[in-house]
Amino acid sequence: MSILVDKNTRVIVQGLTGKTGTFHTEQALRYYGTQMVGGVHPAKGGELWHGSEGETLPIFASVAEAKEATRADASVIYVPPAGAADAIIEAIEAEIPFITCITEGIPVLDMVRVKARLDRSNSRLLGPNCPGILTPEECKIGIMPGSIFKKGNVGIVSRSGTLTYEAVFQTTNEGLGQTTAVGIGGDPVKGTEFIDVLELFLADPETTSIIMIGEIGGGAEEDAAQFLIDEAKKGRKKPMAGFIAGRTAPKGRTMGHAGAVVSGGKGDADSKIAAMEAAGIRVSPSPARLGTTLVEVLKG
Amino acid sequence: MNIHEYQAKQLLKGFGAPVADGVAITSADEAAAAAERLPGPLYVVKSQIHAGGRGKGKFKELGAEAKGGVRLAKSIDEVVANAREMLGNTLVTAQTGPAGKQVNRLYIEDGADIARELYCSLLVDRGVGRVAFVISTEGGMDIEQVAHDTPEKIATIDIDPETGVTPADVDRINAALKLTGPAAQDGETLFPTLYRAFLDKDMSMLEINPLIVMQNDRLRVLDAKVSFDGNALFRHPDIKALRDETEEDAKEIEAAEWDLAYVALDGNIGCMVNGAGLAMATMDIIKLYGKEPANFCDVGGGASKEKVAAAFKIITQDPAVEGILVNIFGGIMRCDIIAEGVVAAVKEVGLKVPLVVRLEGTNAELGKQILNQSGLNITAADDLDDAAQKIVAAVG
Repeated sequence: MSILVDKNTRVIVQGLTGKTGTFHTEQALRYYGTQMVGGVHPAKGGELWHGSEGETLPIFASVAEAKEATRADASVIYVPPAGAADAIIEAIEAEIPFITCITEGIPVLDMVRVKARLDRSNSRLLGPNCPGILTPEECKIGIMPGSIFKKGNVGIVSRSGTLTYEAVFQTTNEGLGQTTAVGIGGDPVKGTEFIDVLELFLADPETTSIIMIGEIGGGAEEDAAQFLIDEAKKGRKKPMAGFIAGRTAPKGRTMGHAGAVVSGGKGDADSKIAAMEAAGIRVSPSPARLGTTLVEVLKG
Repeated sequence: MNIHEYQAKQLLKGFGAPVADGVAITSADEAAAAAERLPGPLYVVKSQIHAGGRGKGKFKELGAEAKGGVRLAKSIDEVVANAREMLGNTLVTAQTGPAGKQVNRLYIEDGADIARELYCSLLVDRGVGRVAFVISTEGGMDIEQVAHDTPEKIATIDIDPETGVTPADVDRINAALKLTGPAAQDGETLFPTLYRAFLDKDMSMLEINPLIVMQNDRLRVLDAKVSFDGNALFRHPDIKALRDETEEDAKEIEAAEWDLAYVALDGNIGCMVNGAGLAMATMDIIKLYGKEPANFCDVGGGASKEKVAAAFKIITQDPAVEGILVNIFGGIMRCDIIAEGVVAAVKEVGLKVPLVVRLEGTNAELGKQILNQSGLNITAADDLDDAAQKIVAAVG
């Protein structure tokens, strides 16, 4: 099994007609036939989108229309930052169950507005500023490179895109493979948090181990560690390896990701590593040894 | 993006917050005229630099016994004397680093009779995804120290974005700050005003430390520190215009023009990486093998050859750089584009230090081929571990 997305997931694209949306939709269609079923553009409803290899998809004027016509249960957003928050809200209002927002650079107060709407809805948001989600050989939503994946048993969750790729690549090289890899994104205010994904991985019978990659800023890793401690007491526990990026980052500076900043004495790497280790996660000091660390944990 | 105290106060004054009268000057010759515009007889002369801890800071060029970066003056002559001593000199505070920052501007402000010093800031509370007031009765000191020593003296009150600051929120803030009478009435206006300013201008932090209760039991914003969300500057040209580039690192300004995420650091191994997490992790692994990174640099997902070349040039221009590590895991970013950018940059500006390149992911083989055929002295690495060890060994 996998979490959140599989071969039955039907995906529409908000921002399909732009360069980024087009490129990644082509990539998704070519990844084990991910079911990309349509796109949304307010001024191009009724037209057809054309991929470079002759693929076509219908374009609808609104998310609600696209959902009704295609029976989509997921949406992916490639809309530029200024309009991305409204695109997420449109998807929430159309009651899309699973919304992934790839866009980087959304003003944080726009996300505060989105979060208030999201909390009153039944939708789940992944991102923004994330690489998306991929279930090997079934479904690719977002921008992760499909070629490094292998079907297997490791669940991967990460705040960083390229470090997700490292974890995927290294677990593929170790022969373990992945159930699903989830990039939750680097923004301070976002939809899905570590805890949400860990809950799903703990519940998924095919996921037999987990890699969790965090970074400086905020307290989501500490919250996740506490969640894992509480679940372990209830008898739910899986072998885990982890990594925290930003040990060497200077205090008070934002390191690329809007959320990656140690401020007000909070969010430094050492306290996150300590919390994760207290929850039984083997934290690798090197980003190059995520795969081997997990193998060591599995050997016991 | 950060602005100076005097700019932050002008901005808050525009929203109706109670701030003292003040005049910013850039030369000591303006000091007397500036002070004459204020009521007196008490004045404050404040260094305008983008760093906290100014009061306790020390001027490099002056003796250890000299006063700090914020000074009281009891006459116009004292204002002028202090201005002469402070302007042009280098202030070192807990936040500037040992190099300090040159004081090019002073803010001459009307003095206040202080009864109590409080702390009030607004920020985005990531845990709940809302704007929150962080307040304390312990104003005027380092709030991180207060959080560490007496966390019970700090209260956090988050605001529902659907309602804004309600009368009940104000009551809670007033109670936490122990405000009564006229000061509490001032709070009824001030706290919603600060929230509105925060939202209207897309601030990422608004810190008033201290917020004071004066002898007449009225509130006043005595210091103000404001940062803005860089991702929202596109809709605030007025805020963008407040930028003081002399406060920023020249390499960081150039990087920003290319839309590169770049942070200058103190080490000697330059890094060029794609992805913020991997860029931090690359710094970490350099440190793990015993060296220090010279910078954080994320070229992003869809960089062009020109952008890669620009990033490479910015890194090589740093005189502290003794070696460069390029670490790319191509997803959207194609390794051949990276290779072409690096080769173009080296052909233009030369390469005087060791260069180790690790390419993985999309078009990695093509990228390696471009580097091999370039005839440049580039060390290829198999993986991130190998790359880090090779650059650390090369720098020695």
